[in-house]
Amino acid sequence: MSKDYDVAVIGGGLLGSAIAWGLGRLGQRTAVLDEGDVTKRASRANFALVWVQSKGLGMPAYTGWTVRGARSWANLATALRAQTGVDVALQQNGGFHLTLGEDEYGRRADLVTRMHNQTGAADYRMEMVSASEAGRVLPGLGPEVSGGSFCPLDGHVNSLRTYRALHAGLKAFGVDYLPERPVSGITREGGEFRLATPSGEVRAAKVVLAAGNANQTLAPMVGLSAPMGPTRGQIVVTERTEPFLPHPLSTLRQTDEGTVMIGDSKEDVLDDRSMRQGINAVMADRAQRTFPHLARLNVVRSWSGIRVMPRDGFPIYDQSDAHPGAFVACCHSGVTLAANHAFEIARMIAAGSLEPDLVGAFSAKRFEATERRAGSGYY
Amino acid sequence: MFKRSVHDTRPIVRILVEGAPVEARAGDTVSAALLASGRDVRRLTAVSGAPRLPYCMMGVCFDCLVTIDGVGNRQGCLVPVADGMRIEIQKGKREIGR
Amino acid sequence: MNNAPKRDAYDVAVIGAGPAGLAAAATAAKAGLTVLLLDENAGPGGQVWRAITSTPLADRTQLGQDFWSGEDLVRDLRESGAEVIHRATVWSLDAALEIGVSVGGGSAFVSARRVILATGALERPFPIPGWTLPGVMTAGAAQTLLKSSGLVPDEPTVIAGQGPLLWLLSAQILRLGGRIDRILDTTERKNILGALPHAPAFATSPYFRKGLALMREVRAKVKVVSGVTALEARGEGTLSSVTYRVGAREETLPASLLLLHQGVVPNVNLAMAAGVAHAWDEVQLAWLPVLGKDGATSVEGIAVAGDGAGIGGAEAAALRGRLAALAAIEALAPAALATLPSVAGVRAALVRAERGRPFLDLLFRPSRPFRIPADDTTVCRCEEITARDIREAVAIGATGPNQLKAYRRTGMGPCQGRLCGLTVTELMAEARGKTPQEIGYYRLRAPVKPIALAELAALPKSKADTEAVVRG
Repeated sequence: MSKDYDVAVIGGGLLGSAIAWGLGRLGQRTAVLDEGDVTKRASRANFALVWVQSKGLGMPAYTGWTVRGARSWANLATALRAQTGVDVALQQNGGFHLTLGEDEYGRRADLVTRMHNQTGAADYRMEMVSASEAGRVLPGLGPEVSGGSFCPLDGHVNSLRTYRALHAGLKAFGVDYLPERPVSGITREGGEFRLATPSGEVRAAKVVLAAGNANQTLAPMVGLSAPMGPTRGQIVVTERTEPFLPHPLSTLRQTDEGTVMIGDSKEDVLDDRSMRQGINAVMADRAQRTFPHLARLNVVRSWSGIRVMPRDGFPIYDQSDAHPGAFVACCHSGVTLAANHAFEIARMIAAGSLEPDLVGAFSAKRFEATERRAGSGYY
Repeated sequence: MFKRSVHDTRPIVRILVEGAPVEARAGDTVSAALLASGRDVRRLTAVSGAPRLPYCMMGVCFDCLVTIDGVGNRQGCLVPVADGMRIEIQKGKREIGR
Repeated sequence: MNNAPKRDAYDVAVIGAGPAGLAAAATAAKAGLTVLLLDENAGPGGQVWRAITSTPLADRTQLGQDFWSGEDLVRDLRESGAEVIHRATVWSLDAALEIGVSVGGGSAFVSARRVILATGALERPFPIPGWTLPGVMTAGAAQTLLKSSGLVPDEPTVIAGQGPLLWLLSAQILRLGGRIDRILDTTERKNILGALPHAPAFATSPYFRKGLALMREVRAKVKVVSGVTALEARGEGTLSSVTYRVGAREETLPASLLLLHQGVVPNVNLAMAAGVAHAWDEVQLAWLPVLGKDGATSVEGIAVAGDGAGIGGAEAAALRGRLAALAAIEALAPAALATLPSVAGVRAALVRAERGRPFLDLLFRPSRPFRIPADDTTVCRCEEITARDIREAVAIGATGPNQLKAYRRTGMGPCQGRLCGLTVTELMAEARGKTPQEIGYYRLRAPVKPIALAELAALPKSKADTEAVVRG
């Protein structure tokens, strides 16, 4: 059997799909190997923000990468719509992180100051706003809202529709999406990678590890490393309601369909099956204190998901020295960075090597250095 | 669509449907009273605005959603009528604060 | 919160006050256990004995003897000392046997040492073209209107489908002077052959005699068309006609009411959300909980009784409820068993009550086209997703119901898959050439019924809960 594919992407979530879509767009013969119906999928549990503010404390390169991703998202949305007819409902008119009470406001102001000090003349603005300033654009704010931070680059998107659009696009580009093919082993023989799956071997000249937290297990098979530190999060969502919220908030957004998503928790226990109602109660309580008129709205569903999270919170993009053609890509913000993955990372992989200017800072070699202080890859 | 049994001797309960007085019977659910009223009580869905009437009458289909005493998206098939209850037919998505 | 549970903890909590729940709660409470019975309806009876304490239809011949047979259990329950809360919505149950219940606009958590789920059945989805039109309802919906409010159809009405309920409902409507223009029987003729080996057992069951009498009563007054292979509800904004096919012949009838029924299936949402393992049943074409002895499930302390454990009818449901309660008594207060009817006796009665079931299951097994619809038919009523949408999602990679949610939002509306779940599983199984068991079902999580944000917000919150959410 000859070489099957130019590139095999392991992982069919938002990150793997975006890279594979980009590769398909560049004419690469590409396969996506994915798991099945029930598995840990951040792509269907996420909060769907395209979010810039507060990203990158401790790693300025991440700030720049995030800003680039946010700025090129519109190109991705346009391309997906043109190709598949699916409107992913991208809205980027700025987003708020709102605080309740003076303590939270003070902590947020401190964070904003630290961000500004780090980035210096940052190419984006993240600024504190008073409660009355926020109230002018967000009708219905409750009296406990003390203000918050605002960033004009922030936005949100319909992430499930993005997922569908990417998969429809994969098909249109002739990319083979191969579900129910968890990869148990990767070997390299005769200049090609051989991926062992329950339904046979898949061969490709290049391989991209885009399997989320499972990258930690896969990476050593090709001489790479991807130290992960996943966390669990819960989200509740309400029934559809008439539009009331003109901007997304970091923990509360109204989808284009009308539902209100309320997030989110950060927990170390990684069981995504059971729900902790006390946590939902805290989130519901904060939501109704932020917007008292939400109190009577019905919560119709709730779920938990496991965040894909490199150990220090920042993305990992790396290529193997020992096995040229093997790449690893994983990050928390697969929605925010989707355009980067579809355009930049796909281009680099098609060309055969990552560009140090753009993504050199994200090599996993950083973990080999002395343990760094934990940053704020995740707000 | 439906008529009441001549054997039904339950007391009258007076409710308001879109502001108009309607006679229901004690023990009726809101959905039963609406279907018996002879009025056009079709709601419009939140997704496409398609018209719907109750489908299951047992609390599982959510096609009986209705605004009761100012609170939207109540399951009319599970709520008994009460004197003076104000019913509004829901047109599309629930409005904020209702 | 009005009428909230009086205690924080009970020996036994029973969910649902139909035959199984009534029997379970009464049996457990009579044995001296503290029992809480939670039910969503305004009064006891579940769906089969709906409004048994409040129906305006006092003439007992109208609803029939089987309906009124529920009175004994209602009396047993009243005398048992069990705490009963109606209009209670159970929206959460977990493996720790913590129950989230909403009553009168407020929620509380109660715990129990044993939970008996008696959440019964709901009507199998009947996805035909036009089934979302106003004027199309389930037969069960019409029966609920009849029992609880004495309402009967008075405009052109068509009843379509198959199964015992269809004939019972028709007889009840006719006895009350209601209108039925035609009955369209969709029973597949080939089913008779499959069911035949079970006919002798059925013939000795009480269903047989009663069923024949009902069919005679109805056929004397209404034209019945057998062998119907296709159905369509038509109308602009409301139902105006029903089109059906028998063999090569197609006919259209004017109608303002179409009542659909093709059997009932277990109501699995709460059990599944609690983590109870289920398996696909190829005879009943539904998900049934995987059960051990006397209703025990895969979750320690949770039992399922009644039609939720597999469709068996009211009599079997009550016996299953009794058995689940006896198992709880054996675990929690074994001394009380001495004064109660023997488990072996109840089990034997259950075998007798279930005797006619295989025949009914096979005879009234709904046909493929009425379970797996053509492309233009709506499958998910909440999100308004068609069979075509689902087949297209499969074509771009959706492998099962949970991935389908990501592609198409099916099952993500307020009904949480109750009206589309079975159709989605079978449709995807067919499209992918897999079995329904391989395809699986929606992963369900609490809240299994909507709950107001303020109600959720008012629940107890620990320091750890707050720290998991609030961060700088």
